[in-house]
Amino acid sequence: MHGRRIRKPPGECQDANLVDYEEGVHKFSWAEAHALLDGLPGGGLNITHEAIDRHIAGGRGERRALRWIGRDDQFRDWTYAALGAAANRFAYVLASRGVSKGDHVFTLLGRAPELYAVLLGTLKSGGVFSPLFSAFGPEPIKARMTIGEARVLVTSEAFYRRKVEPWRKELAALEHVFLTECSGSPPEGTIDLAAAMESSPAMFETVWTAPEDIALVHFTSGTTGRPKGAVHVHEAVVSHHVTGRLALDLKPDDTFWCTADPGWVTGVSYGVISPLTNGCSLIVDQAEFDVERWYRILERERVTVWYTAPTAIRMLMKAGVEIARRFDLSRLRLIASVGEPLNPEAVAWGVEAFGKPIHDNWWQTETGGIMISNFRSMDVKPGSMGRPLPGVAAGIVERHGDGSVREIETPMTKGELALRPGWPSMMRGYLHEEERYRKCFAGGWYLTGDLAMRDDEGYYWFVGRADDVIKSAGHLIGPFEVESALMEHPAVAEAGVIGVPEPTMGEVVKAFVALRNGFEPSEALRKELLGHARQRLGPAVAPKDIAFRQNLPKTRSGKIMRRLLKARELGLPEGDLSTLESEER
Amino acid sequence: MNDTEIRTIFLEEIGNIAPESDSRKLDPAADLREALDLDSMDFLNLMTAIHRRVGVNIPELDYPELFTLDGAIRYLANQLK
Repeated sequence: MHGRRIRKPPGECQDANLVDYEEGVHKFSWAEAHALLDGLPGGGLNITHEAIDRHIAGGRGERRALRWIGRDDQFRDWTYAALGAAANRFAYVLASRGVSKGDHVFTLLGRAPELYAVLLGTLKSGGVFSPLFSAFGPEPIKARMTIGEARVLVTSEAFYRRKVEPWRKELAALEHVFLTECSGSPPEGTIDLAAAMESSPAMFETVWTAPEDIALVHFTSGTTGRPKGAVHVHEAVVSHHVTGRLALDLKPDDTFWCTADPGWVTGVSYGVISPLTNGCSLIVDQAEFDVERWYRILERERVTVWYTAPTAIRMLMKAGVEIARRFDLSRLRLIASVGEPLNPEAVAWGVEAFGKPIHDNWWQTETGGIMISNFRSMDVKPGSMGRPLPGVAAGIVERHGDGSVREIETPMTKGELALRPGWPSMMRGYLHEEERYRKCFAGGWYLTGDLAMRDDEGYYWFVGRADDVIKSAGHLIGPFEVESALMEHPAVAEAGVIGVPEPTMGEVVKAFVALRNGFEPSEALRKELLGHARQRLGPAVAPKDIAFRQNLPKTRSGKIMRRLLKARELGLPEGDLSTLESEER
Repeated sequence: MNDTEIRTIFLEEIGNIAPESDSRKLDPAADLREALDLDSMDFLNLMTAIHRRVGVNIPELDYPELFTLDGAIRYLANQLK
């Protein structure tokens, strides 16, 4: 597991925001981090004020905030002032239609230029922003918008017609649908976003929000049950800001490219909020992944800090190191990765290709911001996620049957990664799921569900998940959501869904299906089920492979034993079979 | 192998990966990944399947040439010459 340690000689990173880790941890206080921001009069705090208005008021409005690169390589630029004006227009669009503080605004957009004004305008108007991944099919979209009681949706006309219109009437709370890329005759009950924005004033006074007012809801998945909407408040901006400074080394002159899709938490916390509060210039590429295009963007845009994901890095690796060397990437100061553990080979490959290691870091939807990180000035141990951010206390714990937990102090002992709650971007709850929220805590710890180890120098090492959720291309997939969609097909009696290791994506979704009486396994039926699942769930969630079984292994209470399916699929030890009641056939 | 045969094979392999997609409506100049809702894994699987089916080795750097149906047919026809 241990690759060769990559040393950062003292003095090499004197210009880093965090020069010395120990000293940085020792000196850090959340009160001081808070003081880096302006706040609103009377103790208020608003994310958009910190991301945009503060810079405009400080005379930095004419600096570039965003360069959006279209598929055709044409780009559009926004200064802080222009992005602020666009956000104001959208805030007005909402306010003039009676959308008010606490109302939920959803987006279903790719990397569209409108997204930034919609996100910032929503927060400015006091609304709650919730992004959906555009590769979701209708069912994940409907489930999340139902739980989130969406009042507003912003999406493209094409997505709307395909993924929303057929069931829209079932969502009573949904009042306003704004469309991008409108054909000119928007479908009934929708509004052309561009036209609505154009007729709105470019001025809007930020609705006063308190630090504990809800700002963002990010959906994530567990092993069982419906998706969970993790609630984050405006105070999260304190974490977004300071973790961007410390873990990503963001500075006001940086050109920052976060390749994460804005449909997920990384694309919001670090794709928009953190770099803007830090005064950086964002790069957004509309196109899908393409090796040469990515290197060309890094070179041409003189990207200084690049935040990407293991799947992308592994695809770049497959294309070879020679292609990377053809480009002048000397402006790159820091490369970071998140989404799933970065394998040691990929960290080392970074040195070969870019002359610097790739810095892995760890966090999750619930934590709202980076919690554990490799820092620019700190030695990298390839394969390790690094050390806790200043202000974050982490530990490895062991759960006991009575619900208590005990911290494991012995180095390199496997346990559950846990954090002491108290940082500003910690979730404040799961929407309408108090019980599930409470279950995340024990003995004064937030339990992350990730298994890890800590070495004698305080570096953390990822081991695996404590539950059955699947990580594919950095996206968390709940097996229950996939199984439910398969069960809707008349041929399916039972379904069990697992993640199967795959070198580029980390894991891919595989389903095991037992058929009802009267149905026989066949290639035609396999394809029909695959198509059925893809249509409902979208490519990001649907299984890539389906296998037939006569019967799935189950416990006495009828629960499908996914762990056993997985062990057998991978040829691993089957473990404790005492609860197995109904055997796989 | 002529263009029509290549086209048939290519669409068949797409049908194996995304059986719900309607390739009859596919604009041959559109990015397949967006037009047919293929994610990166689907596209990698498609490249592997095509390699197996027609024996053409497709290096990663050439992938962009196969992002559209027209491009893929042109690329494969050239390689099969």
